[in-house]
Amino acid sequence: MRRVAGRLGFAALVALILFYTLFPFYWAVVSSLKSGADLFLVEAWPRAPAWGNYAAVFQEQPFGRNILNSVFVAGTVVLVSLALAASAAFALARVSFRGRGLLLGTLLCVSMFPQVAVLSGLFELIRALGLYNNLLGLVLSYLIFTLPFTIWVLTAFLRELPLELEEAAAMDGATPFVTLTRIFLPLMAPAMVTTGLLAFIAAWNEFLFALTLTLTNEMRTVPVAIAMITGSSRYELPWGLIMAASVIVTVPLVLLVLVFQRRLVAGLTAGAVKG
Amino acid sequence: MVTPRTAWLFLAPALLVLALVAGWPLGRTIFFSLTDARLDALEEWRFLGLSNYAFLLTDPDWWGAVWVTLIFAVVSVSIETMLGLVIALTLNARMQGRGLVRAAMLVPWAIPTVVSAQMWAWMLHDQHGVVNAALLGMGVIAQPLAWTAEPGLALAAVIAVDVWKSTPFMALLTLAALQLVPNELYEAAKVDGLGPVGTFFRITLPLIWPALLVAILFRTMDALRVFDLMYVLTGNSRATASMSVHARQLLVDFQDVGYGSAAATMVALVVALVAVALVTLGRLRLSPAGRA
Repeated sequence: MRRVAGRLGFAALVALILFYTLFPFYWAVVSSLKSGADLFLVEAWPRAPAWGNYAAVFQEQPFGRNILNSVFVAGTVVLVSLALAASAAFALARVSFRGRGLLLGTLLCVSMFPQVAVLSGLFELIRALGLYNNLLGLVLSYLIFTLPFTIWVLTAFLRELPLELEEAAAMDGATPFVTLTRIFLPLMAPAMVTTGLLAFIAAWNEFLFALTLTLTNEMRTVPVAIAMITGSSRYELPWGLIMAASVIVTVPLVLLVLVFQRRLVAGLTAGAVKG
Repeated sequence: MVTPRTAWLFLAPALLVLALVAGWPLGRTIFFSLTDARLDALEEWRFLGLSNYAFLLTDPDWWGAVWVTLIFAVVSVSIETMLGLVIALTLNARMQGRGLVRAAMLVPWAIPTVVSAQMWAWMLHDQHGVVNAALLGMGVIAQPLAWTAEPGLALAAVIAVDVWKSTPFMALLTLAALQLVPNELYEAAKVDGLGPVGTFFRITLPLIWPALLVAILFRTMDALRVFDLMYVLTGNSRATASMSVHARQLLVDFQDVGYGSAAATMVALVVALVAVALVTLGRLRLSPAGRA
């Protein structure tokens, strides 16, 4: 009897956790399928679900363009970060040289740095380079936070690989560059996927730089576009539209997370557990 | 073997990029903080010395933002730590479908802050929000509350959204630490007759403490520089403006790059001080690894 009660209580706790975690997303889906006055009725599922908001987001807003912008920016940031970080992590993980600890510490500080502290200097730099209101300006500025953290995760991963790998490569007369590209890079592939994914999500979700360094609707990334959606008049509440846009950008993320969840958790926790 | 000289060659590209996109702009921000530069005419500046800082220290709006940020960070990180611990302990028990629950936990973490702010802004809507409807239905409140507009409630609303978004991160980090506690220790505790509470405080907590502290450090840093949550949920409202919101408003909305840069530099200083304090007090040793 007590065991049954205990299991029921436990199941209830798990159900409560799931409800708390998932309800806001569920409610966004429900609201996105409502329009007009229905939106203001509180009901568990819309009586007449309609896709009008989803069509409107692409017709009334340059939302398709915004999604492409985000894909381009986040994708490019990931590729550049991984290329630079793989090379840097190779040096940091496999070679002991003076100042290595200090360098790693500095990188950690950069990754925890408040973005607003570089905002005015960055604004000046981006304008001087002619990249204001340009997606490449965003790519450049996002490297501030993706690069330190990809270097850290890849360094942690590379430290775990056995020394014999390098010794064997050196015996065969491989240059450091060949050792990195032919021996370590293939082994790093799983870590690169995880790190790349984390960097992609971080770049996809970034708001402050995207808000400040772009000007026109057409250059906005998804988060800024969603923050800026307004109705055709001051008195219209475009909540159905906002919820539809929110669902559209969340579904791919949720799918990515579900597919890669084991890897993501491993990547997220790599630091904390060793700390 | 790779020589140190070669190592620097491999490091150079990443370091050059970081110097360009992080080092240089930070230096310029600090420089601007000593001038009266304006956003529309960045080249025409006069050197002011430290007077921007002196003015900042007497600015009640700035101190308001500092307080809001500190309260926000302390309250939300505390709740996230406790709630994360409870959730992690629950998920650590043997059960079916743990992977599924763990995957569900990643959803709030992965959703952009702007999106979670909008989703909650709608749920907390004063007239048509589901939260007010539920509370009214249960008889907890007599009339709808203006969650994001009323100063007293707005900060609570902002904290609630942050807790929803970030507790999963805490729970996952805590769960990972819990799973490294060797089972023999629990068996030994059972033999010694330690109850569940004793086991938690004598065995579990000391063992997961270092990992928990790293998670708290990361979350605190994030909370201290918070921007998008307030900006989207409550706009530039004084009641919820964080240090970052305030600094950006000075920089962009008021075009006052000199004064805004001073505020931005102070944000960095506050964040750095808190980080040093946490690392020293917690005697943390950080090794290279990941973070969100």
